[in-house]
Order: sequence, then structure tokens, then C-alpha cells
Amino acid sequence: MSKTKTKKRLTHPVRFWFMVGALLSGFVLLGTRAFILQVIDASYLKYQGAARHVRTVDVVASRGMVLDRNGAPLAISTPVDSVWANPKEFADAKPQWPSLAKLLGMRSREIGRLWQRYADREFMYLKRHINPEIAKKIRDLNIPGVGLRREYKRYYPTGAVSGHVVGFTNVDDTGQEGIELAFDEVLRGQPGKQLVLKDGRRHVIKTLRRVRAAVDGNDVTTSLDSRIQYLAFRALRAAVHEHKARSASAVVLDAKTGEVLAMVNVPSFNPNNRRRLRSGNFRNRAVTDVLEPGSTVKPFTIAAALESRGFEPDTPVETGPGMLRIGKHTVRDTHDYGLLSVAHVIMKSSNVGATKIALEIDKQDLWQIFRGVGFGAALSSGLPGEARGRLNSYKRWREIEHATMAYGYGFSITPLHLAQAYTVLANDGQRVPVTLLRRDRVPDGTQVLSARTVRQVRDMLELAVSDEGTGRRARTRHYRVAGKTGTVHKLIDGRYSADRYRSVFAGIAPASAPRLVMAVVVDDPTGGRYFGGEVAAPVFSKVMAGALRFLNIAPDSLPAVDEKMMARVAGETG
Amino acid sequence: MFRRAFSHLDWPLLIALIFLAGFSLTILYSAAGSDADILGRQAMRMAAAFAVMFVMAQIPPTTLERWSPHIFGTGFVLLIIVLVVGVIGKGAQRWLDLGIVQFQPAEIMKLAVPMMVAWLFAKHPLPPTKRYLILAGFVIVLPALLVVKQPDLGTALLIAASGLIAVLLAGISWRLVGGVTLLTAAAAPLIWTQLHDYQKQRILTMFDPWSDALGSGYHTIQSTIAIGSGGVFGKGWLNGSQSHLEFIPERSTDFIFAVFGEEFGLIGAILLLGFYVFIILRGLYIASFAKNTYARLVAGSLALTFFLYVFVNIGMVTGILPVVGVPLPLISYGGTSMVTLMAAFGILMSIHTHRRLMSD
Repeated sequence: MSKTKTKKRLTHPVRFWFMVGALLSGFVLLGTRAFILQVIDASYLKYQGAARHVRTVDVVASRGMVLDRNGAPLAISTPVDSVWANPKEFADAKPQWPSLAKLLGMRSREIGRLWQRYADREFMYLKRHINPEIAKKIRDLNIPGVGLRREYKRYYPTGAVSGHVVGFTNVDDTGQEGIELAFDEVLRGQPGKQLVLKDGRRHVIKTLRRVRAAVDGNDVTTSLDSRIQYLAFRALRAAVHEHKARSASAVVLDAKTGEVLAMVNVPSFNPNNRRRLRSGNFRNRAVTDVLEPGSTVKPFTIAAALESRGFEPDTPVETGPGMLRIGKHTVRDTHDYGLLSVAHVIMKSSNVGATKIALEIDKQDLWQIFRGVGFGAALSSGLPGEARGRLNSYKRWREIEHATMAYGYGFSITPLHLAQAYTVLANDGQRVPVTLLRRDRVPDGTQVLSARTVRQVRDMLELAVSDEGTGRRARTRHYRVAGKTGTVHKLIDGRYSADRYRSVFAGIAPASAPRLVMAVVVDDPTGGRYFGGEVAAPVFSKVMAGALRFLNIAPDSLPAVDEKMMARVAGETG
Repeated sequence: MFRRAFSHLDWPLLIALIFLAGFSLTILYSAAGSDADILGRQAMRMAAAFAVMFVMAQIPPTTLERWSPHIFGTGFVLLIIVLVVGVIGKGAQRWLDLGIVQFQPAEIMKLAVPMMVAWLFAKHPLPPTKRYLILAGFVIVLPALLVVKQPDLGTALLIAASGLIAVLLAGISWRLVGGVTLLTAAAAPLIWTQLHDYQKQRILTMFDPWSDALGSGYHTIQSTIAIGSGGVFGKGWLNGSQSHLEFIPERSTDFIFAVFGEEFGLIGAILLLGFYVFIILRGLYIASFAKNTYARLVAGSLALTFFLYVFVNIGMVTGILPVVGVPLPLISYGGTSMVTLMAAFGILMSIHTHRRLMSD
């Protein structure tokens, strides 16, 4: 019965059950596959899944500030936003391009061009470093494929005044020049890391956890005094303008500590806006450009002579007739000074006198003093591009070189070298390495000259700025100064030019108890006057007068006091 | 009147289908990013599809049998028309724009081909003679070729398969089955040369999806990762990170099983498979009780075609079959295939509820 019934229902029972079997085994196959994926391979696939949407991303760290010695900011980081886009999604937002372009201060066409260039990428910057207000407006536009990224932009409050020494960073917040580069390691923060959830279009959906907190960079407190920096810059710029000079540099050092209080150059640049600037303007000439220092090194020649004990300040030296033949070369003075004392050789800046004195002493002794005050040796400011200058070994000096060394030709140094050398004269014979960082205590120096010699040379340098000296315009009203002029023929194409000069001045103040040292170099003044005493010395005077006052240093050269007046004042109060 | 209409519904089948519809809306809500609009649209389509089922259930199998050649003929003409004036979407010409709705004539063929084969074979006692087998061959191959032209290889294969299932059920000799299988295997290299490059690539990457992880293997890798990372219990509804972070392509449509597997785990997957098994077995049960050859062949092939859809889709999403554009029946977002499938279930219900009224 049942057999007939089955036969009635199904023509091919075997085939029917075969179908059911195939069907069930199909489902068993799918179930098995699911089991393999979800049980056996599950942990591997979970890992693979996480690898696709969990990403470690950097968290930007804020760069440290560059401060002057009193805590005034020279470089600070301000939060800004950069606008980026995913070109693929951004293409769908074409109708919104004009409004975006307007906010970014760009033309729609520019955006289109950018988009074309990056069309096959997944990331492009539209504009970097926009201010937060505009960023907020862009965020509110909510354009598909457009995102904002927090970054920091460097701002330099002192602008062009400290442009060279502070330097600048690039758009990725990495130091490129100056202190920004020299101390990049310190200033640069350590970006943090965090785990984030990203979707298939690489947008961050959620922050899962912080792996490592961002460590902000450390501040760098420099030795610079922005007041002196500003003063020096202004004075230097005025001098360059007045004398139609090509360029100029000035360095002010703390005589005791070797700290750089000011370092300025003209032409300068504004680090906040560096577009359309010639690269020459970026050069920190005070440390990168070398020059022959000319007469400004005579004090060291004389110091070497005094150290050798063959000379005293009043030892007479015959400088007539104002010229001296050495082989086929001739050393000349501007006038025939006749018989001069050693002190007056400095005062009058006699090349013949200095040469005669130098030739009297051993060239090794002379070399040792030059070397001792730092000529031809590496500087220690750490600034990029620092030049060492060149001072040949005395073993290779011929007589003419022995002679020219005495008045500052035949070797080269930077303005910073010159200032550093003068700290020896200010510091009772000790040389302290220069630094751009604030020093809280005076480092150990090396004794280069005896204190006695230094005091004698300083007295001569005071004479040099007296009314009969070449540097009288270096004087200030309330402080005694000591210093030396230099008017150096420029070396152009291997020959000394007859009418192209560098005007130099290096000096110390107050002369009675030295606190500051300054070197000024003005390159190629073409305004008619070119003597160091006329071009560089006035800059020294202006800057020193102000700087000493800023530092509350007691004047040592008050105008003579009217005794009677004083008595009356005393009587009234008493 | 309504009472009589409702009596043509098969309640076990209907309840299982309602469950699937519930699953569909649940997982779609998650896959579409909690978009109520999409959910609403899908619910509307479901309502329409259930209405179609309800109507189909009222039509007696004898009427369907009479209409079979006409339905087939209409579908065939529409396939030709679509090739001439069809709307191009996603690089293929599949749609006919009827003003209010667009639809794919290929969908009609999914039902019309098995119905036509059954109609051919029902005239004479089974097994069919050689002459009718050859005729059936044309009925199967011609529409399939037209669909291949669109090009839509996946649907073409499914249409062909639904016809072949009807032929198999009709009881052709095992020797013929073996012969055709061998012939197909022999022709495989020839077929291979006819495939589009992207189709070849899909088949190749099936064997090693990681060989081109960002290219053609991407879909498979992402979906297996999603399913695998669901584990036994799943990550929970709305918590599938792979799906929600948009790593799964086509996650509301063809790849929705990946989302399901990620969020509901092995347990959910097995449950879903269980419902499918139940529905198909119910279909075969209906076939086994069918009172005439036509009804039996149509019911059997529709049930097994449904199985084929499920198997091809889940096989693709779990990485054991190449990627073909076949949605997961009754779960994936989209209306066309759902209407077709529900029409098929309407036919099954009609066959079952009209069986006593038919004379053998």
C-alpha cells in the first residue's frame, strides 16, 4: 500500500532523495565553512580585522619656545589647522569648492588644479596653517572628503630683528636655520601615539586609547637680550642705510660669561613671512662670513709683545717715514707718525709700528696668542654654518705674513671670533667659550694673557678712543669705553681693492670694569666715508650706551659734578 | 471570500518566510548604518513581495501551466528588448524602465524557464523523450545566452541551473547526466577563453584571495575577516566593527551575510541556515505531494533553485565560491529578486493548497 502510494507521488524516489541529500550536504558544507571561519580561524581573522581598522597615529607635540634671557619669547608655537582632502571623495563635493576656496583665500581653479594633481592619491593638503577661526568655518561646511589636522605654526615676535640667530622651522615644524636648527633636538617634542579606529575611507572614527602621551618640546632659554638685540639691529640698519653698505653684522657678548647678548645682521628677513626672499638674506653673517680683521687685532699683537717682556707701553718705536719695505712688499701708514710709543701705535693704528713690533717677537709667540684668543678655531655657539676662519700655522709663515698678521691681514675670522677675542681683553686675560644659551654661572676660562698685560692693552684701547685716537666716535656719554677701529681693504678676486673696504670696530665697556664686548663689521660702505672710526664706531657707541643702561650698570664716566651745587643739595636735605 | 483566499497560504512556509523578513530588517538596520529610510523602503518592498506571493497562491497550477508558454515568450521578448533599449546600470544593460518601476526581465526567466521545461515534459509520461530534451535544451540555453549578453553571467548561470534542475527532476538517465558533466568539464577551457578578464580574475582569486588582497581578492578577504571575527557568539547587533567601519563592500546587498556572521556569530549563521533548510525542505515536501507532473517539476525546481541561490551567495561570501553578483535570498537589500522569490513561494503554496482540487 505504502509502496504504491510512494510510487504515485514520486516518479523517481531515488532521484528525489538524491536531491535532498545534495541539498543537505550543501548546507553541511556551508555550516562547516562557517565553523572553520568562526571557530578555527577566528583568532587569526580577528587579528586581521583589527589590523585593518585599528591604526596607530601620531599625536602632534608642541614645539618648545625660544626665549631670551629674560623670558621674552623669540619663537612660539601657535596652534593652527591644516586643511586636507581625500581627492576621491572630494571630487563629489565639486559644488562646494567655490565656497571652500573663498574661505581658504584661493581660487576655485587652484583647487581644481591641486585636485587634478593628486586625483589618484588618497591624501592631499589643500592649505596648511590656517587660523582656527577659518578652520571652524570650514568644519561647519562639512564637505565630504575634507578634513582638518591640528598642527603648530611658529611665530617669531621679534621678526627680522632676531631672524638670523633664532632661525626658523619648515612647514613640518622642523628647525631649518639658527637656534631652531641648532637646538632642534631640545625644542622638538616627541609625538605621542594613540590607537584609533579608522573606517574603510581612513577617517578616524574613535580614539581607542593613548599608547604614549605626546611630550611637548622643551623651551630653550637663550643668552640673547631682546632689548639689546633690537637696539643693535636698529643701529646697524641705520648705519647700513647711511653709508650705503652692502651688509653688516654686530655681536654683543657678556664679557664675563661669553654669553651672546645680541647677534644681528643686515640685510635681514622676517621669519614670519619668508616668501620671495633671496637666500643671501638668510645668512647669519656674524658666524658664517669670514673677513680679515685688520687693525682690530693690533691689541693682540701688542699684547704678545708685552707678554714677551721685551716691550712696555712706553717703549719707543720708530714708524717714520710711514712705510716699511719687506721684500718686495711695502707696509704703509696713512700718515708719517714718526717716533711712537707702543701705546700710541695702538692709538694711531700704525701698521708700520705694529709690524716692527711683531717682527721683534717670535712668530710662534704671536701665533700662540692669536690661537689663544680663538682665531682660526671652531666656535662653540653651535649655530649652523659656523665658520672657523683660517689661521695658518706659524711654521708656514714667511716674513711678509709674519708682518701682515700684526695688523690683521693674511688670516680670516668671523665677527663672532672678533668679539670672543675681545672678551680676553675684558676678562683679565681669560678666554671663556661663547654660548647662545643663558649661563647661570661663569664657566672656567683659559688664561691666555696675563692680567697685567690685559690692563695695559685696555688702557691703550681707551687711548684709541680718545680725541687723538682713531675711534673717538665710539665713546659714550656716561661710560668709559675701550676699543679699536679697523679699516680693511677688501679682497676682491684675489687682489686687495684700493677703494673697497670693510669698516670694523671692536671694543669693551665700561672700560673701568668691563661688562660688555661688541664687534661691529660694516661691509663695503659706499657713501663716501669708510674708516672704521667713522662707520662702525658710532654703531658701537649707540648700542653700548643703551645696552649698559638696560643692564643697570653703574656709569663710570659721569660729567664732572659741580661741588658747590652738591653741597647745597646736601645742605637742603640735611 | 478572504477566508478562502487565506486558505491558499501554506502556514509553515509563511511563518518561516516572515522570520527571514524579520532577520532581513534587523541586519539591514545595522548594515545600513541605522538608516531608517532604507529600512522603510525594504519593508515596503517586503510588503509588496508578500502581496505578490498572496496573489500567486490564488492562481491554480492548471492555470499556471496553461500560461507557461506565454510567460516564457513574454520574458524572452523582454530580454531582447532590454538588450536594445535597456537602461545601463553599473556597466551592464539589465533594466527596463517602465516609468514607475524599473525591473530586470531576467528575473521573470528565473521562474519562466523551469515552468516552461515542466510544461514541455508534462505532456507525456516521464522520463522525457530525446526530442523534448533537445527542446528543453533550447528553452534553457537561449534565455541564458541573452542574459550573458547583458552581461550578467551570474544570473545566466542561475537561470540555466533552474532549468537543468527541472530536467534532472524529470528523470533523465544517469548516463546522460554523466555525459553532460564530462562534456562541461571538457568544454571548461573553451568557456574560460570566453570569460571577461574580471570574471577570470574572480575565479582565480577564489583559490587564493590573498594573492591580490587589495584588488579582486578584497571582497572575499574582507567578508571572511568579518565573519571570522564574529566568532561563535558574534559581536552583537550594531557592533560589527568591520561592517560599520565600511570595510565590507556591498554590505547591505550581496555581502550582507558577512555582517550577519560578524554580529551574530556561528550561532546566528547556523540559525539562519536552519531557516533556509526548513524552507527548502518544505518546498520539496510540497513537490512530493504535488498531484501532477507539471506541479511536481515546478515545485521541485523552484525549491532547489532557491537552495542554489542561498548556496551560491553564502559560498561566495565565505570564500568557497567565486564572487558573483547574487544577493542572499530574502535578506539582501533590494526589491527585484525578493519579488521573484516570493512569487515562487506563492506558486509553491498554490501547488500545495490546490492539490486536492486537481484530478490526477
